[in-house]
Amino acid sequence: MGHLLEIKGLRVEYRSDESIVKAVNGVSFSLDKGTVIGLVGETGAGKTTTALGIMRLLPAMTGRITGGEIMFKGEDLLKKPPGDMRAVRGAMISMIFQDPMTSLNPVVSVGDQIRESLEIHSVDSRSGSAMDAKVDELLELVNIPSRRKKEYPHQFSGGMRQRVGIAMALACEPELLIADEPTTALDVTIQAQVLELMRGLKDKLETSMIMITHDLGVVAEICDRVAIMYAGEVVEQGSVRDIFESERHHPYTEGLFGAIPSLAAASRRLAPIDGLMPDPTDLPIGCKFAERCKYREAVCGHTAPGADAEGHAIACHRFAGKRHGAD
Amino acid sequence: MKRNRASMVGLFIFSVILASAVLADFIVPMSAALDQNMSERYLPPSRPHPFGTDLYGRDIFARVVHGARSSLLLGMSAVAVGITIGGILGASAGYFGGAADAVISRVLDTIMCVPFMLLALAIVASLGTGIVNVLIALMLAMVPYYTRVIRSAILNIVGMDFIEAAKACGVPSYRIILRHVLPNAIGPVIVQATMSVGTMIISAAAMSFLGMGIQPPSPEWGSMLSEGKDYMLKYPHMVIFPGMAITLTALSVNLMGDGLRDALDPKLRD
Repeated sequence: MGHLLEIKGLRVEYRSDESIVKAVNGVSFSLDKGTVIGLVGETGAGKTTTALGIMRLLPAMTGRITGGEIMFKGEDLLKKPPGDMRAVRGAMISMIFQDPMTSLNPVVSVGDQIRESLEIHSVDSRSGSAMDAKVDELLELVNIPSRRKKEYPHQFSGGMRQRVGIAMALACEPELLIADEPTTALDVTIQAQVLELMRGLKDKLETSMIMITHDLGVVAEICDRVAIMYAGEVVEQGSVRDIFESERHHPYTEGLFGAIPSLAAASRRLAPIDGLMPDPTDLPIGCKFAERCKYREAVCGHTAPGADAEGHAIACHRFAGKRHGAD
Repeated sequence: MKRNRASMVGLFIFSVILASAVLADFIVPMSAALDQNMSERYLPPSRPHPFGTDLYGRDIFARVVHGARSSLLLGMSAVAVGITIGGILGASAGYFGGAADAVISRVLDTIMCVPFMLLALAIVASLGTGIVNVLIALMLAMVPYYTRVIRSAILNIVGMDFIEAAKACGVPSYRIILRHVLPNAIGPVIVQATMSVGTMIISAAAMSFLGMGIQPPSPEWGSMLSEGKDYMLKYPHMVIFPGMAITLTALSVNLMGDGLRDALDPKLRD
């Protein structure tokens, strides 16, 4: 059996009356058991859309998966009937959301919210008391005293709510956890706490994770592999070492690292990447990054660069010739 | 509920009215509400007739007590059933959106083009008079209004992250609606429901007045009100007491509704 999750050429569009937004354009990556991949990119790069595509939770009115396959444990999730897909969600793949202030139901106690997933997916018809015990165990796992399970979300702080969200996601011991910017809405000390918790859980439960973030610090903390996304494509992917230590990078990745202020150098200004992401309703034919790229060549304007999903792959013409030879 | 004094008052008033409806026969015999006595017409409140007598010499107190049955039944059950149907329609329209929403909303918009009273009258006219038919007419005519309120309350909730989170846990749609959407939308629904109990009683009265509702001589608050309105200036007690019964019922239900809404919101609990 190959990878736990393998995404090949995933394409997602959002359709409205006026236009078609090409949000994800041929994304491919794979994930093995017990590893963490980071999806990094700026707002609108298609990170969350990719995640919702895996869960098949794209907005029903507008979102369409137009191509590709999502192989999870050897089965294509895109070919599953809706009922089967619901059995996958929560039980085998679950999700942690960005904003803990809105991702918990305000009128249901936290214990009951964690328990809900157990009730729905309990194929082995767990007894009521066994489920209660499991809820207690999950709360303790995320460092919340189990006596607080009868309390409601507004009685918890943001960090604690996010940990409740993590406990909910872990309730059925899923094999894959998708964390959509789980630390973005938290302040820095709480971020560290939540990340530490997630890393511990990953080691303890051997859960695979897709960590969506735009924070390279988070990536360095927790990820094994990284995929950098730009305009709905993976422009570079590789191990954390490849991304943080290699000399060779996609120009966009270079820009991302260049934009991080250095503590050592006394620079007065940040170094942003000039320009904006291309309009997703009208993407350029060639390289999507060409407009903003300082290494731009003639070929970039008309031919889109390709990249392999294995090893350290860079979707840029500068490395096209050397890719197989040098690596 | 315990700490909310206003809603306790509401509960108390409502209990008294409910008790008088249930125990009417023990308080005062039905015959006192029906038997006409031409020598005792238009009497003001006195010891033998605490609320006075009406234009046929019937005891108004007895009529108010016995009238509580049909008025409460009409008011409460029309709202309860109407809200249930409206809740199901509104929740499906708001939650599923798209075609379901378009069909439900357009059909109800069309129905709402016909004025409420006219629609209710048309339904009674086609079904025939009688308390059950009045009930059916009132709740059917009210459904579009409830559906609207509930749909808009639902639309606010459906976009929230915790609905997405519930979907991501594999929670089936019916359970998301019942457990996650409706309880969060309950505030405006309770307000709408309690506000319309009084309206329903008055509407039933209007129908009785037009001869479509409860047939005389059965006592009913609304029909007492319309009977007495011609004599209002000379014998005000004929409208004051049934009017007060309607007002107190509506008020007590409103107060209870407020308390219920607060009790259901965990943020206002200790």
